[in-house]
Amino acid sequence: MSLPASYSPAAQQASNILAVRARWSPLEVAFWLAAVASIFLLSSKHLILTEIAILGLFALSLDLILGYAGIVSLGHAAFFGFGAYVAGILAKYGIIKEPVLALLASGLAATVLGFVTSFLVLRGSDLTRLMVTLGVALVLREIANRLDITGGADGLQGIVMEPLLGHFPFDIFGKTAYVYSLTVLFVLFLITRRIVNSPFGLSLRSVRGNPLRAAAIGIHVNGRLVAVYTIAAGIAGIAGALLTQTTQFASLSVLDFERSADVLLILIIGGTGYLYGGLIGAVLFKLVQDYLANVTPQYWQFWLGLALVMMIMFGRVYGAVIAALIFALCTATKLPFMQSIIFTVVLVLVLGVVRPHILKITSAITERAIALQQSLKARLSRRGSA
Amino acid sequence: MLTILFDGVAYGMLLFVVACGLAVTLGLMNFVNLAHGAFAMAGGYLTVIMVNRLGLPFLSALPLAFVLTAVIGVVLERTLYIHVYSKTHLEQVLFSIGLVFMSVAAVDYVMGSQQQFVSIPTYLQGQINLFGVGIGRYRLLIILVCSLLTLALQFALASTRFGSRLRAAVDDARVARGLGINVNAVFAVTFAVGSGLAGLGGALGAEILGLDPHFPLKFMIYFLIVVTVGGTSSITGPFIASLVLGIGDVAGKYYAPQFGSFIIYIIMIVVLIWRPQGLFSRAVAK
Repeated sequence: MSLPASYSPAAQQASNILAVRARWSPLEVAFWLAAVASIFLLSSKHLILTEIAILGLFALSLDLILGYAGIVSLGHAAFFGFGAYVAGILAKYGIIKEPVLALLASGLAATVLGFVTSFLVLRGSDLTRLMVTLGVALVLREIANRLDITGGADGLQGIVMEPLLGHFPFDIFGKTAYVYSLTVLFVLFLITRRIVNSPFGLSLRSVRGNPLRAAAIGIHVNGRLVAVYTIAAGIAGIAGALLTQTTQFASLSVLDFERSADVLLILIIGGTGYLYGGLIGAVLFKLVQDYLANVTPQYWQFWLGLALVMMIMFGRVYGAVIAALIFALCTATKLPFMQSIIFTVVLVLVLGVVRPHILKITSAITERAIALQQSLKARLSRRGSA
Repeated sequence: MLTILFDGVAYGMLLFVVACGLAVTLGLMNFVNLAHGAFAMAGGYLTVIMVNRLGLPFLSALPLAFVLTAVIGVVLERTLYIHVYSKTHLEQVLFSIGLVFMSVAAVDYVMGSQQQFVSIPTYLQGQINLFGVGIGRYRLLIILVCSLLTLALQFALASTRFGSRLRAAVDDARVARGLGINVNAVFAVTFAVGSGLAGLGGALGAEILGLDPHFPLKFMIYFLIVVTVGGTSSITGPFIASLVLGIGDVAGKYYAPQFGSFIIYIIMIVVLIWRPQGLFSRAVAK
């Protein structure tokens, strides 16, 4: 997509950069091929795969505002939950029977909510934003808890879904649900990808980098933030609606603080600001959660917390490795949970004390790895030219 | 009517004692510590263990709860928190959520998920009738203890050498260091006192707030409201905010139970939008 010659060289250059970014890399193609293959190869795992797809979509929407626009949010579940409840109500009372249409309607509803609440996040510091977003989610949860139409604390029960597009009924093995979720995820991913690789996406990054400077070069900062927040809310709402439609149930847990915290965690695990972060994070998070919930049901959050603390203290990769090592040590020695708690806490405190030494080691490893990568690259390119 | 007011004041005072530690870390040290409620929970559970299992008298368990949580606080501060001060707010949030998750799961396993009650001595139970107003003795104790603490805190911050060092360290850590103030030690002591107060609040409040493993998550938002609405530049802001919050919450639950905590969240959002630095603080040019 090259611009007409009448544009300035700078604009040409920017357009070229965007075009390069928008190119599909082989890894990306492989990722989606693997996703398609999972429909046929992992047919016994469709339920958890559906959950992963929904989580991934939810994390994708958070990545738009956090990774690209730099808005921190502790209440992104507000839109997820809103979409979930709207979809539930639409289906339960037979207002819109066809799931795809209902999905769009729920997404639209969440978009409107996102637009209205987006003005709340324009002001104040990170801390204010964290509090305000958290407050919005709590207010919604309180409303859902009180209203009759949402079923209160019992949740929305007795949702019966019509066949998809009138042809594909939801089966108990979850195949339809998975294909449906994956398709929605892919379509929305394409849209998001287009957005972040557009001039609009580029301006978002500049807003994240330095709002004052972005405003000085003529970017309407607040307008951009409102727009991206609204879009992200819509996507989150669609993710929530997908959850209701595939599980035929919506409860207060869709608006929980834990859900907002989890999605933030997913994004941090996968990395922010490159779209695949949320998807990869969702896969990892769900698999680990599933495994931990099997090993220590009820108390798996302990290990989740450990991973978080370690990841912040030692960086994403090394922290995760350290947390995994501690967990492996506890399970390999078949330590009872009580002793594991004590052991872990002591170990974490010791790690805190020796952190500077560990950081020296980890940065040395990183340097080695980078050097190795560069030498490999150099060797490959030499071979290529020879 | 006056009883509700009284209960509200007691509730607000409790919130203040727990939250003022957070006001210090958040406002003065600029560290978002969502795990603050975990210290309050620790204080509550320590009291339960000391009073119910070890048979210590309730009134001597309270100072012990303060000291023990302060020790926990200082150990965590020295080993873990110290590395996170310089990180972004988001990372601090994630770090402290991680701590909350760990503490919730650990307490759930060790103490069980049911609600715990401290056995309060008989002389603190029941009500006294003062000018026709029923006043719970236990709540009276809470109000007394908390008012004394507030006065002591105000005095310590405003009039002691340590208070002025702390304010100096907060205003500009580098210059304070240059003047020979040991900023790290000041922060460590402050953190310890803050978590100790949270522990004391948790110990006192086990009866009123209800103590179960999800305590840190349930009350996190309340503590944050106190601090963000009250502002962090002084002790009076959070104090007034917690009184208003306490009275509003008790009265709201009594007169308009169908709204629940709804109103409080709305008020918080409105205040934050209207005055992002909090109601009672001057805008800081930074």
